[in-house]
Amino acid sequence: MTRQPSPPRGSVGILVPAGMLGAGFHPDTITRGLSLGPDVIAVDGGSTDSGPYYLGTGRAKTTERAVRHDLRLLLAAASGAGIPLVIGSCGTSGTDSGVEWIADIVHGICLEAGLDLTVAKIFSEQRTETLLPALDRGAIHPLPPSIELDRATLDRCVHIVGVMGHEPIEQALRGGADVVLAGRATDTAVSAAVPLMRGMPPGPTWHAAKIIECGGLCTTDPRSGGVFARIDHGGFTVEPLDLDTSCTPMSVAAHMLYETADPYRMREPGGTIDVTEARYMPVNDRVVRVEGSRFEPAEQYTVKLEGAAITGYETVSFVGIRDPQVLRGIDEWAGLLRKLLAERVVQVLGLVPEEWDADIRLYGYNAVLGELDPAPATPQEVGVMLLVNARDQQTATAISQLANPLLLHLPTPAMNHLPSFAFATSPAHIDRGAAYEFVLNHVVDTDSPTELFRLEMPEVTR
Amino acid sequence: MTDSSTLGELAIEVRSKNAGPFWLTLEAFMPDDRTYRIADALITAELISELYHVAAESLRIFRIPDLCVVKVSFPRPVVQGGLHDRDMHAGQHHVPLAGVVVPPTEDDDLITKGRGRDD
Repeated sequence: MTRQPSPPRGSVGILVPAGMLGAGFHPDTITRGLSLGPDVIAVDGGSTDSGPYYLGTGRAKTTERAVRHDLRLLLAAASGAGIPLVIGSCGTSGTDSGVEWIADIVHGICLEAGLDLTVAKIFSEQRTETLLPALDRGAIHPLPPSIELDRATLDRCVHIVGVMGHEPIEQALRGGADVVLAGRATDTAVSAAVPLMRGMPPGPTWHAAKIIECGGLCTTDPRSGGVFARIDHGGFTVEPLDLDTSCTPMSVAAHMLYETADPYRMREPGGTIDVTEARYMPVNDRVVRVEGSRFEPAEQYTVKLEGAAITGYETVSFVGIRDPQVLRGIDEWAGLLRKLLAERVVQVLGLVPEEWDADIRLYGYNAVLGELDPAPATPQEVGVMLLVNARDQQTATAISQLANPLLLHLPTPAMNHLPSFAFATSPAHIDRGAAYEFVLNHVVDTDSPTELFRLEMPEVTR
Repeated sequence: MTDSSTLGELAIEVRSKNAGPFWLTLEAFMPDDRTYRIADALITAELISELYHVAAESLRIFRIPDLCVVKVSFPRPVVQGGLHDRDMHAGQHHVPLAGVVVPPTEDDDLITKGRGRDD
């Protein structure tokens, strides 16, 4: 190596207004963020964290009015500054319906505000039939702790999404999109797309994207909302948009722990972020500089799959117990309830144990941790939740109706009278509809980063 | 120390959370080097295995002296959102760890034992 090129110049600024679209933020967040000269506004629209229901149904966790409120401000800001707006994991789980839902809201705002913006939609939903060839040739691999995927598991899924990297977003931006509405995307891809497209180094880019993905969580006040990162060729800086809040080397470094199994290495579709050697330094009392982050490209590009399957249909019942005599023997009472209910279900409905299941939760005693609870004491009051799962709603509700007299009147073995407990509502049960579980924890090898994703955008002529 | 304290009382925060639908992660944030060494010595694969009924081999323990943090990750005992999952975000699973009593008066011994420990 004889050439000693001078370090490339330039930097890319990213404005993240909030940890999630629809979370809300103060308009000052945007004013302050724009004053720092962003090249893109990026925000995550989803997460798996609220459970499998959202992917299972394709419905959003956030309410439309909150999303509309945020989008009004973001679209006006991006349009005014002439910079792109990138939204990932639209509609919570990133299903096609989630992308269309956000697109409809964006369309309405653009009409109302007279904004002429090119809106790209990237769909990430996968069909079982298109994944089967990959399964057959051994191109789908389990992530720990899951086991090899089989056809039956794929068939059970009601929705499957592929988690895109930055490449499909970059493709849309290069095609002239002002607004990119992405289906399921990695939390980092939404922020990483523009800096990578502008030639920023992948180590600092991916690390910065990880730090800012949850907005204010990397600051001293997690509720403060937005953050701003500037990536250059030597590293990146990060600061909160609320002037009363700080980023400290500790608050930034600690964010690598949040919701990660491994705080040093994180897999993206195209490689692994490695922050083992990262150094976190104060620039001043509210801005932090990070250097030494690395990105190791992978030999094989992989796209993570997420899938939700129906486990059955559920009915929930709830009753309150305040009688100290019952509460002193609450474990025995719950055991008796389980035994008698199981007997009634066989007698009346003729169901075998594989056809139904119930979870008896003693809120106020040990419902949350169950057998892991270190010290459940005799409670003052207990809320008994009976959650029943069966193959269809009628059966789940029938089982709950069989349980109803037990929930109302079951004495403990030591009692010689019939107590009556406190139902919270009439009826005491509520149909919950279909219940879902996450069943995929797998990656699929792909030849191209964009092949599993479908870009839809109008022709741009400028 | 003269009175026994729990890890949660010594810590700035002991917290738990999902790390995706299939993993659970716990962190003990300690205020200084002295208490970090106590946490470091206390949090072993055996302890976590006993508290959370998980196989010791499935645990990943990260000891981060720079942040005074011990972090433990393991596969979620119940998959998120299933019928028997009572903690959707796994946000209350820190309680068993936070409640572990740090042995009193043996503070110095613990620190000595904790130093250089490797699991």
